[in-house]
Amino acid sequence: MSAASETGTPFTLKATGHVARRQRLSRMSRWVLFSATMLAVFVLVYLMQDVVRLGWERLSWDFLTSYPSRRPLDAGLRSSLLGWLWLMGAVIVMAVPLAIGSALFIEEFAPRNWFTELVRLNISNLAGVPSIIYGILGLAVFVRGFDLWGITLFPSLGPTILAGALTLTLMILPMTIIASVEAIRQVPPSIRDGSLALGATQWQTVWHHILPGAIPGIMTGVILAIARAAGETAALIMIGAFAFIAFDNTSLMQSFTTVPIQIYNWTTLPQEGFRVNAAAGIIVLMTLVVGLNLIAVVIREKFRRSW
Amino acid sequence: MSNSVDLRPASTGQRAAEGTLERPMAQAQPGAIVEPEGEIAITIENLSLWYGPKQALTNVSMKIPARKVTALIGPSGCGKSTLLRCINRMNDLIPTVRIQGSLYYHGVNLYGPDIDPVEVRRRIGMVFQKPNPFPKSIYDNVAFGARVNGFKGNLDQLVEQSLRRAALWEEVKDNLKKSGLALSGGQQQRLCIARAIANQPDVILMDEPCSALDPIATLKIEDLMRELVKDYTIIIVTHNMQQAARVSDYTAFMLTDEQVTGQLVEYGPTEELFTTPKDRRTEDYISGRFG
Ligand SMILES: Nc1ncnc2c1ncn2[C@@H]1O[C@H](COP(=O)(O)OP(=O)(O)OP(=O)(O)O)[C@@H](O)[C@H]1O
Ligand SMILES: [Mg+2]
Repeated sequence: MSAASETGTPFTLKATGHVARRQRLSRMSRWVLFSATMLAVFVLVYLMQDVVRLGWERLSWDFLTSYPSRRPLDAGLRSSLLGWLWLMGAVIVMAVPLAIGSALFIEEFAPRNWFTELVRLNISNLAGVPSIIYGILGLAVFVRGFDLWGITLFPSLGPTILAGALTLTLMILPMTIIASVEAIRQVPPSIRDGSLALGATQWQTVWHHILPGAIPGIMTGVILAIARAAGETAALIMIGAFAFIAFDNTSLMQSFTTVPIQIYNWTTLPQEGFRVNAAAGIIVLMTLVVGLNLIAVVIREKFRRSW
Repeated sequence: MSNSVDLRPASTGQRAAEGTLERPMAQAQPGAIVEPEGEIAITIENLSLWYGPKQALTNVSMKIPARKVTALIGPSGCGKSTLLRCINRMNDLIPTVRIQGSLYYHGVNLYGPDIDPVEVRRRIGMVFQKPNPFPKSIYDNVAFGARVNGFKGNLDQLVEQSLRRAALWEEVKDNLKKSGLALSGGQQQRLCIARAIANQPDVILMDEPCSALDPIATLKIEDLMRELVKDYTIIIVTHNMQQAARVSDYTAFMLTDEQVTGQLVEYGPTEELFTTPKDRRTEDYISGRFG
């Protein structure tokens, strides 16, 4: 009443009572969320400046093109970089189509029964399995080969790039499938109905509408999965990628090592120079992962649309 | 009181004929369902449908004439969309749906063992209650059906002709590359109609095609229907009684009441149904005295 009488109107449009309280809460929530974001950014920036300060000087063409060495200033990333590129290439080529295919089958083609539900549930569980377990699996099945009652179900590959790529593919498949399934679900059913009502087959509907509509979401999953595979160390050490490689990888059937393993290796050595190498290696690895993800982001933005 | 309870199966018709108002409402009045004359496009026989345990249609039987507009009217939730979706087998996509009875398209059983739903949907097109253009260009929206069906002719010409017939061409002709989603709601619905007719179906099912349109666009669509009906069979669901009266040749009134879900109450030539309804429930509904 009092607020109203000031202007002569029988009501006020200023925030009072309930509205004022709700608005205060709303403004507060904004700051809480902002602080949460800033905390993450701060930690990241702190770590990055630490690494960059230590390793920046060491970055050079020589560092990228030298084989590993016992002398810190001679040692470089050449073999681990090549091994890593081969490995990531193989993982992406195997994992992405497999994940999208599985997700499309589960969401669009599989009958909706308890078995499909069970498979779906298990995939979600697999996403939480620690990478070292995948490493042990990779060692037992891909590296050593898998025999059952005298029948070779899987040939022995040895500690090769292919064995590593298969292991990492298994490791990132669950999260990529889950992300893809969720992305496919986001495509509105009315689009599916519209396509089918025009006499498109199920496959035509999937190919022309479901897949393009789901690609942005799928790419988000792929980005997360690539980031995980790119930095993976434990599983690869398990399958024997902790190796001294002084040659250039030219095929999937060679032994290999990767940048994260090389970095890990350097951090275990006592000399200060190797710590600097490790920091420089981290900068290179981060740049590479950002580069890979940029490609995924470009694909995602190309397909981005709103319904 | 006691004389209204009658469990003898044959009695319903007789009692209704006697003119008592206490007849059980479960069955259609005799004479309330008229068989149209001329060529029949779709025959529905004793169709019942369940969504899981829930019944949505009960014993619907009707014959839909070829190259005529047939309107389905009735209160919300009485099963109009469900019936429409049976005709081009869109209900196949809902896993819980169970169907009893039969549907014939020019004498061929639509649910026969070797019938391919894709072929059915190519011949029996559909426009949905909510506009659902694809997130592609206007051109691609219209051309999609032709492309997936392996159309060999001149695509540009087909797109233009379809957009013209859907009364959308003038508004979009300079902008065919624009996304279908960038159109207004009413334009989107006309795009969906253009998309459906580009497929050159025999039958077009329209589920409230004008619910998102202004009166002018609505009239355009109605004109289009009158135009299309020279070549096509059209079945339209509408909540707009005037529209049903204006545009349709035959009208079917459906109803869900306490006893029966999704029943066909009355069906006949539109003029007769609106001027001299044979069932009291039809009369109540069209005069706005319902629910
Ligand atoms: N996918 C579904 N699953 C379960 N029940 C459904 C489904 N679709 C419709 N129904 C039910 O079937 C009945 C008939 O629905 P329908 O959509 O055919 O009604 P309608 O006559 O088209 O109504 P409206 O005029 O509001 O569009 C309703 O009771 C509805 O709840
Ligand atoms: Mg409806």
